[in-house]
Amino acid sequence: MTNLVEISNLNFGYGSRLVLKGINLTVPKGSLVAIMGLSGCGKTTLLRLIGGQLQARDGSVTVAGHHLNDMNQDELYALRRRLGMLFQFGALFTDLSVYDNVAFQMREHTRLPESVIRDLTLMKLNAVGLRGVQSLMPSEMSGGMARRVALARATALDPELILYDEPFAGLDPISLGVIGQLIRRLNDALGATSVLVTHDVQESLKIVDYVYFVSEGVIVAQGTPDQIRASTLPFVHQFIWGEADGPMPFHYPSRTMSDDLGLKEV
Amino acid sequence: MALEATLRGIRLVGDKTLRIVERVGATAVFLGLTVMHSATSFRRFDLVIREIFYAGVQSLIIILVSGLFVGMVLGLQGHETLQNYGSEQSVGVLVALSLVRELGPVVAALLFASRAGSAITAEIGLMKATEQLSAMEMMAINPIARVVAPRFWGGVISMPLLAMLFSAMGIIGGYLVAVVLIGVDDGAFWSQMQAAVDFRHDIVNGIIKSLVFGIAVCAIATFEGFEAPPTAEGVSGATTRTVVSSSLAILALDLVLTAFMLKGWN
Ligand SMILES: Nc1ncnc2c1ncn2[C@@H]1O[C@H](COP(=O)(O)OP(=O)(O)O)[C@@H](O)[C@H]1O
Ligand SMILES: [Mg+2]
Repeated sequence: MTNLVEISNLNFGYGSRLVLKGINLTVPKGSLVAIMGLSGCGKTTLLRLIGGQLQARDGSVTVAGHHLNDMNQDELYALRRRLGMLFQFGALFTDLSVYDNVAFQMREHTRLPESVIRDLTLMKLNAVGLRGVQSLMPSEMSGGMARRVALARATALDPELILYDEPFAGLDPISLGVIGQLIRRLNDALGATSVLVTHDVQESLKIVDYVYFVSEGVIVAQGTPDQIRASTLPFVHQFIWGEADGPMPFHYPSRTMSDDLGLKEV
Repeated sequence: MALEATLRGIRLVGDKTLRIVERVGATAVFLGLTVMHSATSFRRFDLVIREIFYAGVQSLIIILVSGLFVGMVLGLQGHETLQNYGSEQSVGVLVALSLVRELGPVVAALLFASRAGSAITAEIGLMKATEQLSAMEMMAINPIARVVAPRFWGGVISMPLLAMLFSAMGIIGGYLVAVVLIGVDDGAFWSQMQAAVDFRHDIVNGIIKSLVFGIAVCAIATFEGFEAPPTAEGVSGATTRTVVSSSLAILALDLVLTAFMLKGWN
């Protein structure tokens, strides 16, 4: 098995509105794949489908050889133990200290003695450079630090597959680079496979192996970072160079301005 | 016209009623789920003890102070009324029976709903809004078992204890007013109370009431938090609903329980 995640002909919608349409996507073992697109294009939804928190309407999602559609809750939970996920805003447990956050899964899922858990936790915190903040509460940290702690927590049990939801959102340029490098390094050091969902093109093109572009629920482009940079597709070009108007219009579709303002044509 | 208005009125009432019934049903289903997923709470009782601290110990001040005041008022009012019949020495009986049978369980539960119930809803609601519950699910840990059940049992265990403390403080308050302040005979106050209060019919029934109220408040509080829309308004609305629904539930259940207890269960 060379692909850890395989998605084929996936359709998904909330209510009657389709959010993802005919998605085909593969994530080879050991690689770091980015899914890019504008806010609201369905990136988080796609991650939740891979994590089994949402069910595909049509098509299939396969993770580590298991069809998620056919799994019951126990099987799904067993599979999730091999997964780590970094949520958009970290989602650290606010009632637990940094140390307890990172140790959480070890305590829940293993019978390791506290001394071993302590060593592992400190190693995980050390890997993100935050061994010194173990006794702080999540509310006492900056956004960048919280994200790094969440990263340590997501990798606590050495997952085979790590899912990142907008790891760069709301970070200053320095934290951004730090997180980017960490994601790459953790992936390679753990021998893991990673899926990175983001709208930050510049940062992610530096670290990923392959990119999928999603627009309005459809994959519109894909390729290696070099291919993407060289792409002449208008959408990709607009996205990479951050142009305000292009195929993705600045204006949300609406009635004409004169209609909205009640102006009469003369 | 009038017919139409009447019909609309009936429809509105029917619609509201259905929605309330639906909500009660959903809360009951959630209560069932919580009980089903309670194994973790009893295997790792330290989780529950922590919640007993937050729900129970942190409610102590308000419960004790309120109990004292309520008892003092009962002492004053009771003495005033009983005086007319020349039986002011029975004020101890009046204070104790009112507290143990009714006011202890009911007022303590109302206070508990607004102090601890609202806090439980807000906490669970915020954990949901900040994706902490989702994060837990992705770690293959059931949030109902790990977050909801310990809070539920912590509250359920705290409630009867708080109600008993409320009653005890109330009796002290009644004593202070009737005996120390007004000068009712000390011996008569206690001995009449001792003779009139029946362990099974008054004290045990009071404890049963507060246990039922505790279950109702904690089921409502955890349900509202868990189902709260993941926004600021969603959580604040859920918190309000917890207090309102719990209060109504307490008063309605009290009527039913009292009727059964006075009439016998068969
Ligand atoms: N729970 C939900 N219920 C209904 N619609 C949703 C829900 N979650 C997301 N959506 C909608 O689905 C679309 C995709 O959302 P999302 O996957 O969060 O986008 P992204 O992560 O790319 O910003 C958005 O238009 C959003 O409004
Ligand atoms: Mg998103």
